[in-house]
Amino acid sequence: MSRAEPRILHADILGVSLWGPGLEGWAASEAVLTGRAAHAPQDSPPPAPTMLAPNERRRTGAVVRLALHVAQMAVEGAALDPAGLRCVFGSANGDGPVVGSILDALTQAGADRERIVSPTQFHNSVHNAAAGYWSIATRNPLPATCLGCHDSTWAAALLMAMLEVDAGAPVLLCVYDHPMPAPYARLRPVTAPFGVGLVLAPSADQGLARLAVTHAIAPPRGPVAPREMGLAALAAGNPAAQSLRLLEQLARREAGLCDAAYFDGSLGIEVTPA
Amino acid sequence: MTPMPIAAMTAVSALGIGRAAHLDGLRARRGGLSPNDFDPMVGGWIGRVAAVEAHRLPAGLARFDCRNNRLADLALRADGFADAVAAACSRHGAHRIGLVVGTSTSGVEAAEEAYRRIGPDGLLPRDFDFAGTQDLASLADFLRMALGLRGPASVISTACASSARCFMDGTRLIDSGLCDAVVVGGADSLCRMTLHGFAALELIAPGPTRPCDALRDGISVGEAAGFALLERDAPGAAIALLGWGASSDAHHMSHPHPEGAGAIRAMSEALDRAGLSPGAVDWVKLHGTGTRANDAMEDRAVHAIFGDAVPVSSTKGWTGHTLGACGILETVMIGECISEGLIAGCLGVGEVDPDFRSRVIIANQASALRHVVTNSFGFGGVNCSLVLGRA
Repeated sequence: MSRAEPRILHADILGVSLWGPGLEGWAASEAVLTGRAAHAPQDSPPPAPTMLAPNERRRTGAVVRLALHVAQMAVEGAALDPAGLRCVFGSANGDGPVVGSILDALTQAGADRERIVSPTQFHNSVHNAAAGYWSIATRNPLPATCLGCHDSTWAAALLMAMLEVDAGAPVLLCVYDHPMPAPYARLRPVTAPFGVGLVLAPSADQGLARLAVTHAIAPPRGPVAPREMGLAALAAGNPAAQSLRLLEQLARREAGLCDAAYFDGSLGIEVTPA
Repeated sequence: MTPMPIAAMTAVSALGIGRAAHLDGLRARRGGLSPNDFDPMVGGWIGRVAAVEAHRLPAGLARFDCRNNRLADLALRADGFADAVAAACSRHGAHRIGLVVGTSTSGVEAAEEAYRRIGPDGLLPRDFDFAGTQDLASLADFLRMALGLRGPASVISTACASSARCFMDGTRLIDSGLCDAVVVGGADSLCRMTLHGFAALELIAPGPTRPCDALRDGISVGEAAGFALLERDAPGAAIALLGWGASSDAHHMSHPHPEGAGAIRAMSEALDRAGLSPGAVDWVKLHGTGTRANDAMEDRAVHAIFGDAVPVSSTKGWTGHTLGACGILETVMIGECISEGLIAGCLGVGEVDPDFRSRVIIANQASALRHVVTNSFGFGGVNCSLVLGRA
């Protein structure tokens, strides 16, 4: 019998970034995250990924660009070489617009030609497309794992990143989701684009904050929603934005729990600012 | 790394349901491919699991009904796999058993069907359950309920390396102390999206796929599901995961690196982690999809590490390329081959590509297999290599 007590995984947060409506990067979002300014949710796409060569950049859509931008900003904040980081990419829906366009093409009346789907559409439809473009852009030969867990995606991706750190290596965590096109939008409403990037490393008391993470079959301890009402609405409408509770605490330099729902249990998350 | 015992394994593919059907097919050199009657417009041959169409999910799990979860359920019921997981649950507690499974397209076939029924109002039919079928998480939700698991779970989707990658993340969960055992594996099922996608890339072979052949002309798409139970102190495990390695090509979204730099990196890391030299490997089971580019790249990568001393071959001539499921399917087949002492030579090959320099095997041969390397590569430039051996 080995009914061991759950182990707690630790990491330092070396870099953090986010992008969403009215949340254009970490510095620009601090006033909203700390409650000093009201959230004004105007939509603006992140800058084009200049890190990609023009021919690759042309093939990227809004979803990949969102992921690449938060990944790049998190790594820049950590002042680390992006080619030296293992990666975890999480997204509940992946590239909904691309998958939707393929399904549209497959279904259109008269679509009886041999080549209905474009090669670029097809390779962009894989769930690891953003991770693939990131590795190309940064010439990073290290592996990336990519996952999708519906409304548990934030918790699942954070846990996977903590496992990389537990094995001794720093890791880039990038979690993103984007509104789905019609006719999915009604079935799976994602209300606004949101992405978060974190660089996590084995604890060395050198980061912005320290994380302690564990798995529990119990529900989250305490509220999971961000304090600010507008951010709470965003978190309820985008799986990646469940990270906003943690991001608020980081901005406020506030210690405490910011657990996340994780299937029928929870991921216990405790943050301690440096 | 300390070897990770595999307490139980199972698979379903065009070769049949359960491990014995796979060993029988390999031994008799009887493949499971047939002309594409799933989407004849695409042509080529496919590895279809006929039993999936009549199969029904257990009562209470009907919301998860789709081709992909039916395949997964067929596998769970074979080889006593579900019983082995239940025994592990009673040994450790259901909250100590993790689940890390892979799929590339999950139940998208259900969405394809729903799209055909979009009404004049532009809406999907009310009975289409996105979260229960097409969503990647549907595979995990279904399996957690079917197996009664309460531990940490994840659905990995790294294209054709999805279910190979699970072995790595599953091992990490156990090494971290969060789990005592983890169910890994996955499922990928036939759908029009992948068939038309590969047709667009002109990668579908008109006949049965023939990896490593001088005249190879593409893949046959197949479907499969399979699972393995990783458990540190597994009673009676025959096979173990001895090492793993992974890398990114950082080269192109759908073309492999021409010299196989990423593949070399993944295989080297897997050997290092296993503490083995290339000479200790008795068989390299190739990713071997049957495309011109993949097989040529993989030959160069394998030759760079193993020279021409080690037998290499692909099993995709039997099952087709089962995409995100190929990692688990081929691991299960290797497990059978290790127990049997069999190297399965490539199926359907007339003449091995004369430009290849590694030692491609096209007939079965008996071999006391100690260590086997298996490769799985995918779009986005992902590379995963596993080392398997006796527990």
